[in-house]
Amino acid sequence: MSNYMNFKKGKWNEKIDVRDFIQKNYSPYDGDESFLCLPTKRTEALTRRYEELLIEEQKNGGVLDIDTSDVSSLLSYAPGYVDKENEIIFGLQTDKPLKRGVNPFGGMRMVKQSCAQYGHELSQNITDMFKYKTTHNDGVFRVYTDEMRKARKSGIITGLPDAYGRGRIIGDYRRVALYGVDFLIEEKIKDKISLGERDMDDENIRLLEELYRQIDFLKKLKEMAAAYGIDISKPAKTALEAVQWLYFAYLAAIKEQNGAAMSLGRVSTFLDIYFEQDLKNGVITETEAQEIIDQFVLKLRLARELRTPDYNELFAGDPMWITESLGGIGEDGRHMVTKTSYRFLHTLYNLKPSPEPNLTVLWSKDLPENFKKYCTKVSIDTDSIQYENDDVMRPIYCDDYGIACCVSAMKIGKQMQFFGARCNIAKMLLFAINGGRDEISGLQIGPEMEPLKDEVLNFETVNERFKFYMKWLCRLYVNTMNVIHYMHDKYAYEKIQMALHDTKVERLMAFGMAGLSVVADSLSAIKYAEVKPIFNDDNIAYDFETVGNFPKYGNDDDRVDDIAKEIVSEFYKELCNNKIYRGAKHTLSILTITSNVVYGKKTGSTPDGRKLGEPFAPGANPMHGRDISGALASLNSVAKIPYEVCRDGISNTFSVVPGVLGKLKTEQQDNLVSILDGYFAQNAHHLNVNVLDRSTLEDAMAHPEKYPTLTIRVSGYAVRFNSLNEKQQKEVLARAFHDRF
Amino acid sequence: MCSGNNCIGTIHSIETLGGHDGPGLRTVVFMQGCSFRCVYCHNPDTWNLNGGESVTVFELLSRILRYKPYFIRNGGVTLSGGEPLLQTEFALQLFTDLKAQGIHTVLDTAGSVLNDKTEALLKVTDEVLLDIKHTDKEIFQKITKAKPEAFNLLFEFLHLCKKSNVDIVLRQVIVPGLTDNDENIKKLSQIAREFEAKKTELLPYHTAGVPKWNSLNLDYTLKDVLPPTRIEMEHLNLLLKNG
Repeated sequence: MSNYMNFKKGKWNEKIDVRDFIQKNYSPYDGDESFLCLPTKRTEALTRRYEELLIEEQKNGGVLDIDTSDVSSLLSYAPGYVDKENEIIFGLQTDKPLKRGVNPFGGMRMVKQSCAQYGHELSQNITDMFKYKTTHNDGVFRVYTDEMRKARKSGIITGLPDAYGRGRIIGDYRRVALYGVDFLIEEKIKDKISLGERDMDDENIRLLEELYRQIDFLKKLKEMAAAYGIDISKPAKTALEAVQWLYFAYLAAIKEQNGAAMSLGRVSTFLDIYFEQDLKNGVITETEAQEIIDQFVLKLRLARELRTPDYNELFAGDPMWITESLGGIGEDGRHMVTKTSYRFLHTLYNLKPSPEPNLTVLWSKDLPENFKKYCTKVSIDTDSIQYENDDVMRPIYCDDYGIACCVSAMKIGKQMQFFGARCNIAKMLLFAINGGRDEISGLQIGPEMEPLKDEVLNFETVNERFKFYMKWLCRLYVNTMNVIHYMHDKYAYEKIQMALHDTKVERLMAFGMAGLSVVADSLSAIKYAEVKPIFNDDNIAYDFETVGNFPKYGNDDDRVDDIAKEIVSEFYKELCNNKIYRGAKHTLSILTITSNVVYGKKTGSTPDGRKLGEPFAPGANPMHGRDISGALASLNSVAKIPYEVCRDGISNTFSVVPGVLGKLKTEQQDNLVSILDGYFAQNAHHLNVNVLDRSTLEDAMAHPEKYPTLTIRVSGYAVRFNSLNEKQQKEVLARAFHDRF
Repeated sequence: MCSGNNCIGTIHSIETLGGHDGPGLRTVVFMQGCSFRCVYCHNPDTWNLNGGESVTVFELLSRILRYKPYFIRNGGVTLSGGEPLLQTEFALQLFTDLKAQGIHTVLDTAGSVLNDKTEALLKVTDEVLLDIKHTDKEIFQKITKAKPEAFNLLFEFLHLCKKSNVDIVLRQVIVPGLTDNDENIKKLSQIAREFEAKKTELLPYHTAGVPKWNSLNLDYTLKDVLPPTRIEMEHLNLLLKNG
């Protein structure tokens, strides 16, 4: 390893340990943003081409082109370019920008549907090939029980990754830059030899086969880079090389997997070490450093996967969740903000605002003031970044974790996640009232029980039955997930991403919950007001008459906030009573992304006064219009949801009118810092921040052409406002915009 | 009625995300009751001396402290109104308790109510936002429904502030036809210098409070007055600076 002459040596020279390399070599930056540079001519030219491509893509109904004749993988396509003479970071998913590949390993039906819905037809060749292959989707449905199918159909559990790639796995793409591919292969071969010494039980055999495939794909990764004329077998020596090596690793992942969320990890401070070295040695200038990051980010913005319009209804805006985690504090107390953290955020100016990459600031009270103020400036100007509390995550995940998707923390290269979408607990509450029957179809889905025929619902009775159905649902949910992830490992294994993890990886299984605020308010209504169920001829409570006032979640009122806390704690406890595939650990998220609209559509009227079909609030947000005690009271309520039982994240989206924060821009920045500090000091987990006027969004609905880059934060990610459908746009507008008067 | 933090006051409402009334992010408590009743008031619902919600200092303090994590970094608590000086004892007790917790205090007032507790109150006040309705006694009287001695009391209050070493911020609402004349602004500038005000803010008149007048069945006399233009505000601000 002779290439590391300028880096401080350590454990990382002996074995794979990226964290050690970072900690020994990075330079914390305390200054402000004044060093940042404008885009170069080349970047501007490339951005123009990128914008043209976006317009063509939109004109074409959202998908520019599909390669229907090859199955997407590392070596399926000839090298592709956007504008070769202005590009400095190379590599595309297919041979042309924004042309999507097909990847049927997750499920054939989804691929055929997506091709058809965008006016293409899957080639005969691929159809034939997959006649003799089992997909992940095939495998799952071979095993699903009747109960699982019914639960899925009724929508009490939905969005399950049983027909597409599960995603939410972050390869440690930095390893390719730091070590070169050859060393990574050598280490995996060593692991394989040592595992070969063990008893050949199920797990060992499975892991050995996986290792074979990991090594195979590391070799393909080298070949993929070689097709662009670049040799990545040895470590990167310069910043440009480090970014290129790392990008190739990420590119291989998104060529190989159409995963729901394909996050980047935590690369900026790692890369900064190379930038600092090059700047010190006079190899590059600051303008050139920014150019490398700008062009890297442009490549990330070009990443696409082929998905169905249905999927888009759940997760609007064609997201990839290329989440990059910035900042945070190290175990030794030094903050991890570097100039490259700034350079990443600065792309939102140089390349205009954009949802991707999903820039996520790991907030801590101990971040440098300059950085805090710069972040809030970026929020006020672009509405494109989100914040997550490093002070609550660091004690659990140490200082080299990243965020997958929206709010899922994991140790980079050491932990992976089995993604589990979410269940609808508002529907579960209605099951408890209706004795296991679906309130819309009338079908018996859960265990049968006499429907509640009380004239006025009694809190103790409802709560007891709620817990009974919770127990039932948790068992069913865990079992369903076990089937899904067994089959995903078997038929759609993430070869390149897992090759960039330790062989002995820790697994998390992430469950999710939608409808928290609906259920908390409903139970509060039953407890503190009078709720009379209204039955139809089929003995189903299809509506409720609620008389009197009751405390509502979102007003910093412990009477109802405690109900919300108890729901998540009980749910987590019940999940943990069920054993998980491959020894994974249970985690839980309160996150809906944009599926809160669809969940609402599929759920009958609830005791809180929400009517059939009306959207839920997103994530852990209070219900629309019910948090009437001010923005901070609303934040205080959400901050009470305990992270220790929701380790997969608690999402909260907050919109505030700029004028409320103060008169001058500097005052607004400073006051937003205070809000973030105050919220996170109470151990809250996540905050999406939008600083805009409702009128801007109303105008954007009426005149989309005036707002091509208007980006807003929704639940855990950002979208271009124009890419939301009308229902989704209206739901965003119905949310509280905290203003005065 | 007032003893320690059992002291009872009446409040109109609490704004927990205040970015305009004092430095930093602030919790703003609007006290109930005001005898000034300015013609352009945007909170006429705070006038009634018999309305509002009764709270003890203890109750109010515990509500305020829920927001301490947010305002402790760069802000604090502002007592506004209504006219907080109509409840000086309550304000004194509240600010004393807030100061004991290291919290920055701002009093947003028109300054014309003085009594034997005023000086004590200023001792626990970090900043006074003093709204000078007009620098001319006659027009002052036209804008407010205050007693004739109010104008002079205002200056007595200012002297007291200066003596107590409180940060002074002067404010004036710019209403076309009432306060937007050069002479008035020049005078305001003089007052600011004389009392060493930290800054002076000219607030453009707005009509956001008009619906409240209507719902209270009050006659709004400025119906035909438009908010000042940006250019006009720039002119007055320049004048204020060079006054």
